Amino acid sequence: MQSVIADYLPLVIFMALSLVIGGALLVAPFALAFKAPDSEKLSAYECGFKAFDDARMKFDIRFYLVSLLFIIFDLEVAFLFPWAIAFKDVGLFGFWAMIIFLGVLTIGFVYEWNKGALEWD
Amino acid sequence: MNIVTGFFYLFSTVLIASAVMVISARNPVHSVLFLILAFVNAAGLFLLLGAEFLAMILVIVYVGAVAVLFLFVVMMLDVDFAELKQGFLQYLPVGALIGIAVLVELVFVLGTWFQAPGELITRASAVKPGVSNTQALGQVLYTQYVYFFEISGLILLTAMIGAIVLTLRHKVGVKRQDIAQQVARTKETAMEVKKVPSRVGV
Repeated sequence: MQSVIADYLPLVIFMALSLVIGGALLVAPFALAFKAPDSEKLSAYECGFKAFDDARMKFDIRFYLVSLLFIIFDLEVAFLFPWAIAFKDVGLFGFWAMIIFLGVLTIGFVYEWNKGALEWD
Repeated sequence: MNIVTGFFYLFSTVLIASAVMVISARNPVHSVLFLILAFVNAAGLFLLLGAEFLAMILVIVYVGAVAVLFLFVVMMLDVDFAELKQGFLQYLPVGALIGIAVLVELVFVLGTWFQAPGELITRASAVKPGVSNTQALGQVLYTQYVYFFEISGLILLTAMIGAIVLTLRHKVGVKRQDIAQQVARTKETAMEVKKVPSRVGV
């Protein structure tokens, strides 16, 4: 248990340091920067004319599809890590188990490619 | 207080605080950002338990991918904040009732739960010493639990096909590149000579 903490000590130092630097850069302008706001400076800028409507608008659903397909292949890769580490222990059986798993997902990949889900019109 | 306990209290405090912020933040986008913070702290707790692989998967899959999906959903809903706040008091009694019911069930389950004798020993001896967490997972996942592993593959396949069937709508009349067709064009298929009668036009 103590070794796990020792392993992750560099990560803790890295995160603490990035937090300090990020926090300092976030706070420093409030204290140091010159401020003279007026309504024209603070208004949204849209190529010179008044903003038409709110910037928050509905997303195209196809972003969702791309993201979902990404998660699936992300998970597929995540399953490869323990397999690669324990490769010598799982033997031929484990090898073919993974090949079947990859084959099943390749069926989905072929389907997705043929349907044109990877294309953006 | 040793350093592990210190980190445990740090992670769990931030986790609970951000979980409270998820349900109390006015802006749904802020809720999702607090959810990401909660996920990261849960990963920290997993690390303290020695479950390294699970912690990293939590960061990769939940923080990297699922949180993005949540953000998309929130942004696609096009939430009207004023309208959202109106219903809060109206739904409060029903929500409180369900919350209390779940709490009572949890109390009953946890109150009657006890550890089987000898369970602690089997749990402690499950992993051989000198074998890392990820390797121990790999040793059983692809041999002993191979059916669950293959079923997870099938579930992923179902999710992929389901998402495509539900959301993929190609616009009609969009011109795409078709290299083979474009290269196979000849003078005969591409050009046509028309006889135009005088004073009539095409």
